[in-house]
Amino acid sequence: MSVITLDQQTKPARPVKETAEARALRETPPGQWFPYAAPKPRDQDNRDVAFSFRGVSRKFGDKTVLDNIDLDVPAGQFIAVIGKSGCGKSTLLRLLTGLDKPTSGTLTLNKGAEGENRTRIMFQEPRLLPWAKIARNVEVGLTGIAKGAEAREKSLAILSEVGLADRAEEWPSVLSGGQRQRVALARALVAHPYILALDEPLGALDALTRIEMQHLLESIWQQQTFTAVLVTHDVAEAVALADRVIVIDHGRIALDFDIPLERPRRHGSPELARLEGKILDTLFGGSD
Amino acid sequence: MKSTGQSILRNGTGWLLPALIVLVWEIAARTGLISPNVMAAPSAVAEAFWRLLLSGELVRNIGVSTARALSGFAIGGSIGLIFGLANGLSGLSRNLTDTTLQMVRNIPHLALIPLVILWFGIDEEAKLFLVALGVFFPIYVNTLLGIQSVDPQLVEMGRVYGMSRTTLFFRVILPGALPAIFVGLRYALGIMWLTLIVAETIAASSGLGYMAMQAREFLLIDVVVLSILIYALLGKLADSFARLLERLTLQWHPAFQTA
Ligand SMILES: Nc1ncnc2c1ncn2[C@@H]1O[C@H](COP(=O)(O)OP(=O)(O)OP(=O)(O)O)[C@@H](O)[C@H]1O
Ligand SMILES: [Mg+2]
Repeated sequence: MSVITLDQQTKPARPVKETAEARALRETPPGQWFPYAAPKPRDQDNRDVAFSFRGVSRKFGDKTVLDNIDLDVPAGQFIAVIGKSGCGKSTLLRLLTGLDKPTSGTLTLNKGAEGENRTRIMFQEPRLLPWAKIARNVEVGLTGIAKGAEAREKSLAILSEVGLADRAEEWPSVLSGGQRQRVALARALVAHPYILALDEPLGALDALTRIEMQHLLESIWQQQTFTAVLVTHDVAEAVALADRVIVIDHGRIALDFDIPLERPRRHGSPELARLEGKILDTLFGGSD
Repeated sequence: MKSTGQSILRNGTGWLLPALIVLVWEIAARTGLISPNVMAAPSAVAEAFWRLLLSGELVRNIGVSTARALSGFAIGGSIGLIFGLANGLSGLSRNLTDTTLQMVRNIPHLALIPLVILWFGIDEEAKLFLVALGVFFPIYVNTLLGIQSVDPQLVEMGRVYGMSRTTLFFRVILPGALPAIFVGLRYALGIMWLTLIVAETIAASSGLGYMAMQAREFLLIDVVVLSILIYALLGKLADSFARLLERLTLQWHPAFQTA
């Protein structure tokens, strides 16, 4: 694992075909839309930092969605991001996963040993390829990392972790919504990401499936020790799962605090309820 | 056992009506209810079929027509596919050619027959040109539509997972566009036969359409009816083939999953 800046990430480490984004980055002078950050001196131990935002802003036209965000997330942390609809949570994740570039500021994150992309995102929809069997869909997560028999083996292993080993040869259309989302989770995890960004992945599930998925997510996170960034509308979900919760409001981090509770956490315990109340107060202007 | 019997019955019932029609037709022809110079009896058509089969004329004409249909289809279809893919994938290519192609599309291709005869006479090129032109548009339009309707969320997913452009094309875009391309394919097969019938009837010296026109001149109404039936059969055959191909490649599609 090594820490390098995002604009180095796009230099292909292997002789692979250049992606559109990579070419766009190469052809754009550094500093124009993605200011160059000099690699940090090796004296401080950056290995423990999964990613950090330094003065990151994102504007759409003259509308500032993210305003000068500073955020350091240690490796292995489970961080939850909450905020009102339209406050820029998805934008934050898109920046993190390289789907979007900041208007200003810098973003550094951990890459694989060969500079390969080890950041994964899970969307609200499963986004499975309808024309690929379940196992093949999971193998998409190994693009550029493993192929053939090796990829098949890895994808079957992760499928059994999410409890779908027996569905490997089926089409996505025959699975239920919760099962499809589990396949999407398997696809995101199969390459052992360093960072897993989750954009309300459980939003569309019913309450019971949702709790089941929360447990699954928590146990896999505990085994695999990746950094999890969970965007959610559900404050209870945030405090139940995360080590740390940040609240985004008006483009800034309005609240940032740790949840030092033991795991496994019991749904509906008084500590969780108290923390939940505190966050809701902040979100709705604080009536304390 | 009961269910298989029922399914035979169900499949069988579809053929009941055609069989009845043929029977009534035969009786009507034999009793003189239908004059023989209006319509040939089914038995007369069968006889003509046997006669022409033995003389080798039928096989030769079917061969000629099929070869024309398929080569015209291959030319027009592949050009349509290439333009459809190019315009679906590249905005530049679309801006450059789409308006022109849409304008040409509004000309009914059969309206070009007089011009085509002037250019090519009644040579093979005339038929190839017309078939290719007729086949081009359904393939082009549906390929373009198919690519444009590929779920952008899936494309974004492919990007996040680091797919290269070629991988993205073969794993996400092409399979997503395939159902629409098949719609175009089946439509194009229909147009292919239609164009060929018209072209062979008007300007040819061999082929099924030519055979029918010759028969008309000698008042061989059984041969005329036979040609029409064979056209129908060939059309059906092509469509079944396309359906088979569709079922094989679109197995993932809920519409093609047999429980
Ligand atoms: N490509 C874009 N062009 C213009 N405006 C955009 C674009 N993407 C996002 N926005 C705007 O940025 C703001 C934040 O959007 P974002 O999707 O990040 O919100 P969110 O916090 O994820 O909301 P939700 O909880 O509803 O998903 C919104 O006002 C949105 O309209
Ligand atoms: Mg969002």
